[in-house]
Amino acid sequence: MRSHREPLFHLAKQGDVSGRRAWAIRLASFVLAIFIGGLIFLFLGHNPFRAYGEIITGSLGRKTALRQTIKIAVPLLGTALAIAPCFKMRFWNIGAEGQITAGAIGATFFALNYANRLPSPLLLTIMGLSGVLCGALWALIPAIFKARWGTNETLFTLMMNYIVIGMVKYLQGGPWEGKPGSQIIPNFNNAAVLPKVLGVHCGWIMVLILTLFIFIYMNYSKHGYEISVIGESPKTARYAGMDVGRVTRRTMMLSGGMCGLVGYMVASGANMTLYHNVADGVGFTAITVAWLSQLNPFAMIAISLLLAILDKGAGTLQTAMQVPTSISDIITGIFLFCMLACEFFINYRILFSGGRKKEAKEG
Amino acid sequence: MADNCAVELRKVSKAFGNVVANDNIDLKIYKGEILSLLGENGSGKTTLMNMLSGIYYPDSGEILVNGQQVTITSPRDAFEYGIGMIHQHFKLIDVLSAAENVVLGLEGPALLDLKAVSARMSEIARRYNFAMDPAKKVYDMSVSEKQTLEIIKVLYRGADILILDEPTAVLTPQETQRLFEILRSMKENGKAIVIITHKLHEVMELADRVCVLRKGCFVGERQVSEVTPQIMTDMMVGRQVTLNIDRPEPVEPEPRLRVRDLTVVNAEGITKLDRVNFTAMGGEILGIAGIAGSGQKELLETIAGLQPAAGGSILYTPKGQPPMELAGKHPMQIKAAGVAMAFVPEDRLGMGLVGGMGMTGNMMLRSWRQGKGAFVHRREPGALATQVKEDLEVVTPDIDYPVRRLSGGNVQKVLVGREIASAPSVLMTAYAVRGLDINTSYTIYHLLNQQKQKGVAVIFVGEDLDVLLELCDRILVLYDGKVSGIVEARTATKDQLGLMMTRLQEEGETDA
Repeated sequence: MRSHREPLFHLAKQGDVSGRRAWAIRLASFVLAIFIGGLIFLFLGHNPFRAYGEIITGSLGRKTALRQTIKIAVPLLGTALAIAPCFKMRFWNIGAEGQITAGAIGATFFALNYANRLPSPLLLTIMGLSGVLCGALWALIPAIFKARWGTNETLFTLMMNYIVIGMVKYLQGGPWEGKPGSQIIPNFNNAAVLPKVLGVHCGWIMVLILTLFIFIYMNYSKHGYEISVIGESPKTARYAGMDVGRVTRRTMMLSGGMCGLVGYMVASGANMTLYHNVADGVGFTAITVAWLSQLNPFAMIAISLLLAILDKGAGTLQTAMQVPTSISDIITGIFLFCMLACEFFINYRILFSGGRKKEAKEG
Repeated sequence: MADNCAVELRKVSKAFGNVVANDNIDLKIYKGEILSLLGENGSGKTTLMNMLSGIYYPDSGEILVNGQQVTITSPRDAFEYGIGMIHQHFKLIDVLSAAENVVLGLEGPALLDLKAVSARMSEIARRYNFAMDPAKKVYDMSVSEKQTLEIIKVLYRGADILILDEPTAVLTPQETQRLFEILRSMKENGKAIVIITHKLHEVMELADRVCVLRKGCFVGERQVSEVTPQIMTDMMVGRQVTLNIDRPEPVEPEPRLRVRDLTVVNAEGITKLDRVNFTAMGGEILGIAGIAGSGQKELLETIAGLQPAAGGSILYTPKGQPPMELAGKHPMQIKAAGVAMAFVPEDRLGMGLVGGMGMTGNMMLRSWRQGKGAFVHRREPGALATQVKEDLEVVTPDIDYPVRRLSGGNVQKVLVGREIASAPSVLMTAYAVRGLDINTSYTIYHLLNQQKQKGVAVIFVGEDLDVLLELCDRILVLYDGKVSGIVEARTATKDQLGLMMTRLQEEGETDA
């Protein structure tokens, strides 16, 4: 018979964590991420202080750099806001990528076909509405299946991404192709391009309004209340007389609609055209933003800015210090890892076997 | 006997958060013996055995196998010590064959020799008189076959100590008899067998020794040859004690809720309620007793519209108005029809309340739809929360402090307070005082009595027979989804209830 040693430690669920302790753990994990990132720079033969300095100046230091950074942050924030209600409801919508793309298609249709016939403000409004509608309908499909047949929304929304991206590829090479053989949709007419405010397309104003909207919607509206209850316990929701299926469909339409709006902003404001990679992974990164912010809309502003700073700053790092771009991905990965891991330590504590008996006596 | 000891537990404890599931339990399991672990649901039987099978790791205490202290951190460790557990919910892969399921997770050569596996399975089957086709897929098997496969699986791994968690819950009487034969023949072969159950007649029929747990504590052990069902019932439910609960006389009782031939079939197709008949009167407390899982939950949830009825009717008669049918209505339709029904469900934080919200948010569960506009109105629920907090002395730092973090008693006060505030004409409560301290329990009894005196029809599903006998006016006893009788609480005795709950009296004797 093989003998087994007592395990060195085991995990126990943390009962009650004070807010201050939780924030201390989060801060510590942030510092740890900076430290580990610094070690990597050191290992590659770079001065970590200079590297972090370059990241900051490269993303915030100059006006143009700052504008670039904000341009990266806008769709991240918008999408994180969009998926927050779903995640609050524990409906794992990882199809934001596809819903953004669907919205961009909806907006592009009007940009390509009505640019010369409608005045710009009206055209932009119609493009926006069309984007919202397309995103909403695209998101409604998995919600209907989930509500009626209990399909797995994670797989369903994920697969829907590839379908709509495939559709854009078809449009690029087919009906909407510009120069024959180019596989590219022509740039939008100026009338179909979002105007700039303070040097960045006005999408940033829209996402700030959306931030406020989602905050109020989630905290003060009847819909937000239903979403919170369903997220905590569908059984309680049914007990309280809520129609879980209806709320699921409605919330997904809202989420998809907002993603669609982001797609419209990116196509019309940033890219001024549509191509298959219009979402560019934003739909997935936004999941991280939403989680790290604990679904708090205002925290999402900070987190999406942080990720945008890392992204933009790493770009300048490459030119200034000849650091390969892949290093920026590693640094970002370390930050995300540390910040997500800290949530684990907020929820669990580690009991070492030496302390176990003592603990039992005290208990 | 000492040399015969296969497993010994010494002062084993396990807690989940604030809930103590096992408190300093000592237990010995002997070879060549069938031990029955008896206790109500939630008494900690399964938790205790899960620590032997490696699912849980004890917070404190020691486990000895064949006299040697061991550490079991995984089911694999358990198998190495010859301990195998057959769980209530089978752990089989549907799309694999019997033989494939048996070798799943075992170390062996890279190439699977299913023929050899099948041969050994057949040999095991022959020795204990099983019937099993090793090539049969699990999805083609009946429940009883799946159970047999689970048993073969642990025997194949060389288990000498078998633990079965409520093995008969899913079997027909014939299948149960066959299982018992198998268990007896394994006992003859010197295996140690533990069966977890709350059915007394099975203990009497099968076991050699019985150990009783109650509320996570070890109550005692007896040789089965020396006990009667009565003694075991006493051990399970505890002695009759006087609680001095007030019991005002019913006020002008009048039929409020008539339940006729109510039948409920759950999603798995199992009949949970079988032609249940009773009438709940306004102005009285109707108690509902029964071993946990006898259909209490289904009964209340069906009346509340949360589960569909497969047959029968639920007639609601408001004061001085014509009766209306509730069966087949959703909770919202019932509310819209003007039925003032309050329901305190068993699962307080999973169904009755939202754990992450404060008292105000939880008061809103009843009123969230009210008021015009898209926004929720917090003022009235907030005022109600403050009132409930003061009236029922809820201990909370703030009315917006998450109720999940309150103690069990305060959680229940929030729930009961909200339901009573809705001015119900029918009030249903499931295990309203479970886990509460004495003072809070009396507060709840008092609240229920107040409702009764207001003419409300109170339905009180309980597990503590002493409480049922002193609080209620009449007690309905459920056994396996059927009404095994309705008795006057003022004249009934605990023995009588205990026997009705375990159906040891003659069939049909007390059908009311």
